[in-house]
Amino acid sequence: MKRVLNKKVLFGLYDDEEVLKDAVKEINKEDADIMDVYSPFPVHGLDPLLGLSESRLHIAGFLYGMTGTTLAFGFMTWVFTANWPIIFGGKPYFSVPTFIPITFEFTVLMACVGMVVTFYLVCGLGFGVENPYLHDRITDDKFCIAFDVTNSSAEEVDALSVLLERTRAEEVHTKDI
Amino acid sequence: MSSVVSNVRPPLVTGNKTYHQITEDICSPTEQLPGTGWVLCLLCTLGLLGFGTLAVFFTVWFGIGTWNLNRTIGWGWDITNFVWWVGIGHAGTLISAILLIFRQKWRTGVNRAAEAMTIFAVICALFFPGIHMGRIWMAFFVFPYPNTRGPLWVNFNSPLLWDVFAISTYFTVSLLFWYTGLVPDFATIRDRAKGFRKRIYNFLSMGWTGSAKHWQRWESLSLILAGLATPLVLSVHTIVSFDFATSVIPGWHTTIFPPYFVAGAIFSGFAMVQTLMLITRVILKLEDYITVEHIESMNKVIVLTGSIVGVAYLTELFVAWYSGYIYEQYAFYNRAMGPYWWSYFIMMACNVISPQFFWFRSIRRSVAWTFVLSIVVNIGMWFERFVIIATTLAKDFVPSNWSYYTPSWVEVGLYLFTFGLFGTLYLIFMRVAPVVACAEIKSILKSSGDQYCGPDVAEKTGEINAGLHHDEAH
Repeated sequence: MKRVLNKKVLFGLYDDEEVLKDAVKEINKEDADIMDVYSPFPVHGLDPLLGLSESRLHIAGFLYGMTGTTLAFGFMTWVFTANWPIIFGGKPYFSVPTFIPITFEFTVLMACVGMVVTFYLVCGLGFGVENPYLHDRITDDKFCIAFDVTNSSAEEVDALSVLLERTRAEEVHTKDI
Repeated sequence: MSSVVSNVRPPLVTGNKTYHQITEDICSPTEQLPGTGWVLCLLCTLGLLGFGTLAVFFTVWFGIGTWNLNRTIGWGWDITNFVWWVGIGHAGTLISAILLIFRQKWRTGVNRAAEAMTIFAVICALFFPGIHMGRIWMAFFVFPYPNTRGPLWVNFNSPLLWDVFAISTYFTVSLLFWYTGLVPDFATIRDRAKGFRKRIYNFLSMGWTGSAKHWQRWESLSLILAGLATPLVLSVHTIVSFDFATSVIPGWHTTIFPPYFVAGAIFSGFAMVQTLMLITRVILKLEDYITVEHIESMNKVIVLTGSIVGVAYLTELFVAWYSGYIYEQYAFYNRAMGPYWWSYFIMMACNVISPQFFWFRSIRRSVAWTFVLSIVVNIGMWFERFVIIATTLAKDFVPSNWSYYTPSWVEVGLYLFTFGLFGTLYLIFMRVAPVVACAEIKSILKSSGDQYCGPDVAEKTGEINAGLHHDEAH
């Protein structure tokens, strides 16, 4: 599934994550609107510069986990007290300690599977998805700052190119994605 | 990366690498034709797999009567192998999860291969209880699904069922964790590939772009998965030990089993990681990423967990004597002095004595010693399970039932089958995926690369202030 954004993108490639962070600071001062930053590995300290709020995946994980806990414990309780009670070794039907291992495992399972699925969904990733990408070496050793210039005039594009070069971008390109 | 750079800790990435060089070194093995060494290894594992398949066929066709189990000894090589493989499967998630939480940077060199090893080992482990059912096509009976027999549910009070949940959860979580780590690296290969290979890696990399928000979520996900996998990894072998500890068999029903099994699992898992990594780093020329520092760190874990296992063995003996319970005392007397004394002796020598060599720094840092001892440890850990299972069952409550057990060729064949399966999967993994986590290695380059840190750099630049910030080092 090829995803087309119908956007024209101006982007600069940087050689080093420290230069990239300085560049983002510089660009922020100029009030230019960064579309996205791409890097071959997570660059720490970049999120606040881009104004990215903290990921809420952990909240989702907690909710999935709690769902798992409730489902597993509730189901075992129902089976052994209501649906088909059986005496095992003279123990009570509702024997909480023996429910703990499966409750724990199912909590972890639900939290993990739920979070991973959520991660791929919110990021728009999945088997067969082809997201538009800007440059082959962004997954290798280049760090990229991209601007959406679909509706920008030629002068604005030139000004942004100058800004990218001034902040030590090694290469500046435009691409339709 | 504005992390604090140590000029005391030795570097974890050597060879003065750049980001691009890291990509080249790690991705290029997937882009070249395999060497003769790899092909020979594959032929060996396929041979084992072929012979093993015959044993599987015999078991499925004629039933487990083809094994030498008897009424007294109902668990033999099958469950021994099961526990052994599950134990081996513990190192991967321990490395990727617990060491991530403890911020141990050396994990990045070995986590990918260790996680792959975990997944393959768990597949091998799952095979044994499956085939031990006799009618493996009925294996789905272990899951609580609505059925037409009532519905009649599985016994949620049984540790064997807890095992089903523990191991299937462990397998699923390890697989998801591993694959999520692989996605950015598959994208790296995708962007270097052409033609059909590009289409394959395009599919596998799920459209990864490296966007800042994606990386943020990816890191958040990794950390929470690690947080969840940490208690999970401890729970899995705890629950495996419950298979024994909740029984009423003298020699099995001991409260020390959970921590002792977990330590043993980590012990054998790290030994297997060592065996595999020492071969992998040579075949794929990854000595700059899997350095002597990595090997030494893992050997430290081996000596720690090996010592815990040793203490557990001695504690078991002490508690058996101290209990004043003659059946418990006899169970342990029988282990050490009974007909299986030799397996107890091998277990003690391999698990208690051999890891103690790692107290010596020169042995800890020796590739040859590490390789030999890693294999010795895994032999020892196999015998530990054999001692616990077979020797305990061999002399049960009624002396007229006492028996002795040696495996049939079919049982040996099944064990070789898992070796073939494990080896084949690992060899294929080595060819198609980056064996070292490429993106993660890049993220530690500036704090742990030899051109940025370590005693040599401090000497060269004359900057010996501890906690040197790398920004200043520029």
